[in-house]
Amino acid sequence: MAATEKTPVTGAGPFNGVLTWIDQRFPLMALWKEHLSEYYAPKNFNFWYYFGSLALLVLVIQIVSGIFLTMNYKPDAHEAFASVEYIMRDVPGGWVIRYIHSTGASFFFITVYLHMVRGLIYGSYRRPRELLWIFGVVIYLALMGEAFFGYLLPWGQMSYWGAQVIVNLFGTIPFIGEPLAIWIRGDYNVSDATLNRFFALHVAAIPLVLVGLVAAHIMALHEVGSNNPDGIEIKKNLDPRTGTPVDGIPFHPYYTVKDLFGTAIFLIVFAAVVFFLPEMGGFFLEANNFIPADSLKTPLEIAPVWYFTPYYAMLRAVPPMFNSQFPGVLIMGCAVLIYFALPWLDRGRVKSIRYRGPRWKIAFAAFAVSFCVLAYFGVHPTNVWGAFPKQWPVVGGDYVAVWFARLLTIVYFFFFLGMPWYTARDRAQEKPEPQRVTW
Amino acid sequence: MKKTLAVLLLALAPALAAAQEEAVRLDHAPVDLGNKASLQHGAAIFVNRCLNCHTASLMRYQRLQDLDLTEDEIKKNLLFTTDKIGDTMSPPVDPSISKAAFGVVPPDLSLVARSRSADWLYTYLRSFYRDPKANSGWNNTVFHNVAMPNVLYEEQGEQALQVTEKMNDITGDKIETSKLVIEKPGTMTPVEYDRYVGDLVNYLVYMSEPAQEERKLWGIVVLFVLAAFAVLAYLLKREYWKDVR
Repeated sequence: MAATEKTPVTGAGPFNGVLTWIDQRFPLMALWKEHLSEYYAPKNFNFWYYFGSLALLVLVIQIVSGIFLTMNYKPDAHEAFASVEYIMRDVPGGWVIRYIHSTGASFFFITVYLHMVRGLIYGSYRRPRELLWIFGVVIYLALMGEAFFGYLLPWGQMSYWGAQVIVNLFGTIPFIGEPLAIWIRGDYNVSDATLNRFFALHVAAIPLVLVGLVAAHIMALHEVGSNNPDGIEIKKNLDPRTGTPVDGIPFHPYYTVKDLFGTAIFLIVFAAVVFFLPEMGGFFLEANNFIPADSLKTPLEIAPVWYFTPYYAMLRAVPPMFNSQFPGVLIMGCAVLIYFALPWLDRGRVKSIRYRGPRWKIAFAAFAVSFCVLAYFGVHPTNVWGAFPKQWPVVGGDYVAVWFARLLTIVYFFFFLGMPWYTARDRAQEKPEPQRVTW
Repeated sequence: MKKTLAVLLLALAPALAAAQEEAVRLDHAPVDLGNKASLQHGAAIFVNRCLNCHTASLMRYQRLQDLDLTEDEIKKNLLFTTDKIGDTMSPPVDPSISKAAFGVVPPDLSLVARSRSADWLYTYLRSFYRDPKANSGWNNTVFHNVAMPNVLYEEQGEQALQVTEKMNDITGDKIETSKLVIEKPGTMTPVEYDRYVGDLVNYLVYMSEPAQEERKLWGIVVLFVLAAFAVLAYLLKREYWKDVR
């Protein structure tokens, strides 16, 4: 009976009638207002604020291109490799769909990493956005799973051995490791059974989880409101006449048109890779993955795809203890999971890098450098920087890169674990936040 | 002071390591996918010489129309193992026979240019030498103890590996340098043979991704369209944002 009580939709010209009909049966206008036309975002968003909507765009690109790939891909150990090449050669336009999907995988991580950097430098994880941040970290974890499962599907040498190595990591867990690894693989080795279940997880399970999490992420964002480069709350300063933030502007049309421009620039970069550098010098598509999977031939160097390499470098940096690689696996796991704790580690009074004290800035710079250098180590063999001279104490004869990676792993963890201390010490040297956003 | 020295040593370490490593220098392959004559020649070499043992199980004969060949030309000149132009390239020899002869099944070459790189192939195919110790009587400086014999020796001639030992004047270490020299000339001069292998490698690069020329053409179109879209989006954004104060 509520159907007739709503006011008719206006302002949509010839569509007023249809929209009114829908709105009386579905909260169309309420959703439109809450999430677009009356969602007030700070007007001072800068470059870093493009990457949230761009990550969403990549998600859509991956889902759509993935659906088309599924139409011709065969999740079968005997047919998978050839079916990918069938898409590349015999399916009309297949090559562009496949390159969009393979490039999209890397761009998903590029946009998500930049989005996370934004969160770090402007304190977007701080109260009241802790849950928003946690949803984001879960999305990051789901994305890693999605990328890992998807990487097995082309069934090349790197797909196969990469999966072998990562599943074996679970095998190092004390007591339950080996049965767990067998449970994950569905076999004693990575095999047809593994390919089938990874396909199911990659095309159905994880995408559903991802879409749900993204929806939760956006709902949480719209509940608390967007942070901004000044790290101040625009909701504290409302216009007495309208009751809306004085430094806020409606998301639609202002940020829809701004993001449209961002989308155009992003697509130019994306298309440049898809059409001219789809292998990206071996970073997006590895040379060894053009050799079909062979369970009897281990490649000389097994390196994960670039977006996992910082963690992989940490894994290799930790020496085996008690005859087990598990400590390294544990460190690697903690390196990812520690993001969850971030909102409760930061004791600074200000949120944004613009007003932070010197200790935080140094710790953050060291963290950023360590992440990048670890990523560099992860794509190279451990002997990339040679070995220390034999006669040197302690490090003599060891690989230089391994010791550097150990040092950088400590720097990485110090950013988090030292944060309660250095942000508290920083308080005296923080700059005062402005009342209004810098514009 | 000691600290600075240590840092300096650390910085030098990679350079030292690189100097110790002896990697094979690869020659630059003359790849030109726009050169249809070269690709046609390469396809003919591939079908006549490589396809006797190797396969290209992902490549259909039909696709050679990309190289400005008609179906009739392909059927007449390049179809030896099948009479169906829609078939993929497979050898007349049963893989188990090659396995018995060489100890391995010769790898499929459809994607070899992507897994090995054009420069590797170009150098490899020119680096065979006579080695009485090897099973096939041939060895290769790029791929040591490779099972494959030099099938193109009639064209290239027979090379030998000439090793010269020298003593380093300062350290007294022995330094070995080796180079390939032609012992028995073939039917081609080295320059002709380089071009012959160049055409073959050019074809292998094409075959590893037949759509790549088309891809680059589309890329230019797409980038132009996106550039226009970016300009329009920018103007629209500027128009809307005029009233944000």
